Amino acid sequence: METYTAMREFADSWALLAMTLFFIGAVLFVFRPGSRDLAKDAAHIPLKDD
Amino acid sequence: MRYGAEIVGVGVLAFIALIGAALGVDEPFRQHMWVLFFTVVAFGALLMRNTTFGPKQPVDQSIYMDGPIRYGAIATVFWAVVGLLVGVIVALQLAFPDLNVEPWFNFGRTRPLHTSAVIFAFCGNALISTSFYCVQRTSRARLFGGNLAWFVFWGYQLFIVMAATGYLLGITQSREYAEPEWYVDIWLTIVWVAYLVVFLGTILKRKEPHIYVANWFYLAFIITIAMLHIVNNLAMPVSFLGSRSYSLFSGVQDALTQWWYGHNAVGFFLTAGFLGMMYYFVPKQAGRPVYSYRLSIIHFWALIFLYIWAGPHHLHYTALPDWAQTLGMVFSIMLWMPSWGGMINGLMTLSGAWDKIRTDPIIRMMVAAIAFYGMATFEGPMMSIKAVNSLSHYTDWTIGHVHSGALGWNGLISFAAVYFLVPKLWGRAGLYSQRMVIWHFWLAMTGIVIYAAVMWVSGIMQGLMWREYDEQGFLVYSFAETVAAMFPYYAARAFGGGLYLLGALIMAYNITRTILGHQREEAPIGGVAHKPALQPAE
Repeated sequence: METYTAMREFADSWALLAMTLFFIGAVLFVFRPGSRDLAKDAAHIPLKDD
Repeated sequence: MRYGAEIVGVGVLAFIALIGAALGVDEPFRQHMWVLFFTVVAFGALLMRNTTFGPKQPVDQSIYMDGPIRYGAIATVFWAVVGLLVGVIVALQLAFPDLNVEPWFNFGRTRPLHTSAVIFAFCGNALISTSFYCVQRTSRARLFGGNLAWFVFWGYQLFIVMAATGYLLGITQSREYAEPEWYVDIWLTIVWVAYLVVFLGTILKRKEPHIYVANWFYLAFIITIAMLHIVNNLAMPVSFLGSRSYSLFSGVQDALTQWWYGHNAVGFFLTAGFLGMMYYFVPKQAGRPVYSYRLSIIHFWALIFLYIWAGPHHLHYTALPDWAQTLGMVFSIMLWMPSWGGMINGLMTLSGAWDKIRTDPIIRMMVAAIAFYGMATFEGPMMSIKAVNSLSHYTDWTIGHVHSGALGWNGLISFAAVYFLVPKLWGRAGLYSQRMVIWHFWLAMTGIVIYAAVMWVSGIMQGLMWREYDEQGFLVYSFAETVAAMFPYYAARAFGGGLYLLGALIMAYNITRTILGHQREEAPIGGVAHKPALQPAE
């Protein structure tokens, strides 16, 4: 198979799936239990000094 | 010896420049190498005048490294004035073609001078200095790498000087927003990798366990720009002593590579980097945490995942395969969501403190900037829709869109960050004048509104004139007639740009007096006096 065709087929199958899953995983991770308080602490980081 | 290695390095670079000036195979390259030689020699002389031979002073690691940030703030203001001035000049050149002074100041050479001066010189310096400020304060660590941060600052200025003088000498590889030739590209790569090392090193040695979201955006900007710059500039020089090179790509692949770069320069240089600025400086100035930290994380991932695919919308109705055009369009439309999520997050940070828009001119500037971010990111996806693009593409509408984003979002948020930073960096009680910030704000706003409105009218008119057929199927207007019809709009555009420049000059004066430690006597700004926030019991 031509390199172009092989890479293209990989890009629009497994690579696309992997990126979609990573993205969904990242969004779900943001809403994991207990993240609300951690996010609140993180939001205050810039306000803690000077 | 202080600066020992630096002086040797500068000497080597000057020697290489001298060889280039002597043996260069084309005239522009030899002239460019003379520019490099004299710039580097002048810098070397400056270093030698400041060297000392005493024992090395230990560096206090508990103090933030603010020297390069102070220089960066001054450079930001300086390049803002230069870039906007060149912008007004190119606008006047379009309205009055007699202002094209051959050969150095032709529109073809001054136009990349303007775009590079505002994007890379003004916005670039703003990004580098604010990222250094933000990463130290949110990591609670001094910048990593010692004098490497100084190398990033001065190396970047050398890149700007070489790019700018190259354009005026006629040296260009004709790639949008990436005009510098191969040897300047190599230099920028070195500086950028040093920037990445300083930034990432500081994050790695942080004392704060969590990496604040602004640093995510800054880091995405640095890494992506490195990748874009290297791939887009893959080229083979005709001679290693000449100013000409040829891209490794050809045809439609070359076009797509260019717009993959071009659009992501907008997406990661002018958006991700500036969102980092927003997520740090808006909470700081408002004295309140960001509206939703979790939304900011989703904003980050969604923006990163979507932006990189949007480039093909610059190549609608070209030889680019149809599926790629549609892909670019679809991803551009999906970008509405993270863009507006980010805008809402930035604006809602002020919820409960909306009165500050009236009493605090810096907050006012930030809010206007975020509003323009929202408007520009609404207009952009709309213009990427093929049907709309068939009217808007190649017309002044695009120019108007770019400027409402650049002047409104990038310009205003950078000005606000500079107004925030300068009193802090020089230990002043406050700005020289608050009222001058208001003058700057309204001049800038009026300028943007004139500019954008005029370009909508002229762009849509231009697009409609191009596609006007008579009943026999002939084009109604010749190209020259469309150019003549745009004269009043070109003149009005130069006026709007002039107002924006005037605002920047007021800022330059205000910042200079602030740095000198002066304080203008003026009436306080109206509205309800700000009450100190209640402190929780210890």
